[in-house]
Amino acid sequence: MKKYTDQGKNDTRSGYGAGMTELGRTNPKVVALCADLVGSLKIQEFIDENPERFFQVGIAEANMMGIAAGLTIGGKIPFTGTFANFSTGRVYDQIRQSIAYSGKNVKICASHAGLTLGEDGATHQILEDIGLMKMLPGMTVINPCDYNQTKAATIAIADHEGPVYLRFGRPKVANFTPADQKFEIGKALLLNEGSDVTIVATGHLVWEALIAAENLEKEGISAEVINIHTIKPLDSEAVLRSVKKTGCIVTAEEHNYLGGLGESISGMLATQHPTPQEFVATRDTFGESGTPAQLMEKYGLNNKAIHEAVHRVLNRK
Amino acid sequence: MPKLQELQDLVQQTRRDILRMVHKVNSGHPGGSLGCTEFLVTLYHDIMELKDGFDMDGVGEDLFFLSNGHISPVFYSVLARKGYFPVEELGTFRLIDSRLQGHPTTHEGLPGVRIASGSLGQGMSVAIGAALAKKLNKDTHLIYSLHGDGELQEGQNWEAIMYAAGNKVDNLISTIDLNGQQIDGATDTVLPMGDLKAKFEAFGWDVLEVREGNDIEAVAKGLREAKGRTGKGKPVCVLLHTVMGHGVDFMMYTHAWHGKAPNDDQLENALAQNPETLGDY
Repeated sequence: MKKYTDQGKNDTRSGYGAGMTELGRTNPKVVALCADLVGSLKIQEFIDENPERFFQVGIAEANMMGIAAGLTIGGKIPFTGTFANFSTGRVYDQIRQSIAYSGKNVKICASHAGLTLGEDGATHQILEDIGLMKMLPGMTVINPCDYNQTKAATIAIADHEGPVYLRFGRPKVANFTPADQKFEIGKALLLNEGSDVTIVATGHLVWEALIAAENLEKEGISAEVINIHTIKPLDSEAVLRSVKKTGCIVTAEEHNYLGGLGESISGMLATQHPTPQEFVATRDTFGESGTPAQLMEKYGLNNKAIHEAVHRVLNRK
Repeated sequence: MPKLQELQDLVQQTRRDILRMVHKVNSGHPGGSLGCTEFLVTLYHDIMELKDGFDMDGVGEDLFFLSNGHISPVFYSVLARKGYFPVEELGTFRLIDSRLQGHPTTHEGLPGVRIASGSLGQGMSVAIGAALAKKLNKDTHLIYSLHGDGELQEGQNWEAIMYAAGNKVDNLISTIDLNGQQIDGATDTVLPMGDLKAKFEAFGWDVLEVREGNDIEAVAKGLREAKGRTGKGKPVCVLLHTVMGHGVDFMMYTHAWHGKAPNDDQLENALAQNPETLGDY
């Protein structure tokens, strides 16, 4: 079993900021927009180095999405920045008509996704954003797992023609993927090979899946761990290859089970290779205030929850 | 500049196109389309600097964004007769597999259209974005946009109006079609918006009014004046007073024809008031 090491805890939003800094230096078409959350999105360095390519729109997210759509007309590649809630639910129709239906090359970059936003509570903790975005025709949906991968994803989506939803978070989490990784949109990463069960995780839950796999190994259970950073388009091949070997699957995400990664996978498996599946996800509920760790424990989104889900699914094989 | 007679012929033919398009499919929005005919014909044939052909980025030419997308009939007719696509295609309006969707879209690849519109209130933001791209590209051409007056009830407009003034987006001319009507009745009844000139000015725009929005010469004069006011640190707003349904006596001064097509007899009557000039599609 491959061992992964935390190179030092860091936040995925800083990975976004670092990716933007690099894009500012390498791609003159890239422009950044922000709705009064520059500090939260970690893009001050991009702004300092490219003031003419930064647009502060104020607390007006609907206008930001429209301006981003307009900036593509003239060849710019706009990256919008605000919290995940205000990047999706608040501006759904603006994204739907002016960006997705209009086929505009806008990158919707969303920080503070999921429960790990913490103390601000449910008004700011969106658990429905993956579902909202994946339902839009033509939208690519990406949820990277750590700082390095978020930086790589930020850089990669600039070269992808078409609208993208890039989701990341607030807390400092384990940084365990390679700093020099090449990010391939739509390509799942096999982190650990196993034979008894497949664990497919996205975002912050990938590290938890690796811990769960280690603990399962002590019980003699061989878990295959897949990091699926791209939820749409889904890497069906990678999932099918794995479940044909293991015969069961656990999906793990910081999102409602309705509309999330698990739902995408179950839909795909139902038609192509029906497989027992357990969902590690929130159960159609809003979040609440608390520390990230407390919330992930209470809502069943940590390695312990994955561990338990594996036992449940193994009993159904 | 084209001769006034040429513009008048285009306006009259466009009115026929609008009426025949909505009649054929018994749906669509003739009222606002007829009211904005002089504006759009004058804009495309006398005011805007346009390149031959169409590309999405539109670098090196003026751009127009229709925010009140339901007046697609007039937009399609003006685009077709300007040469963006064959006029015969107007006969496919709202039919299955057509590029001329009920509301304008880029999705089917119709030349001349750069953004989908129909869900109201989004066009000014898009126009601002395109204006910012022009500035980044050191392209001195202008951005024009058109909005319904009722459409200004959507809050996103006011975010955009605030942004454009606060950031000196002075290569933008946004026209408001002041016909005073919306689906449920007069705008002053449905949701009174007060003094729009004072509102735009309070937000920091340079505002000019065109009292005779269905008079080609008045529209041309107003738009030239608006053009002259660009580049001076303020976005420019044109308050265009029009009559919904203009050119067809029984469709004027009422909201009744906002989204209703004429029947066979009504079409005959309406077309008789607007004889053919450049040939029907």
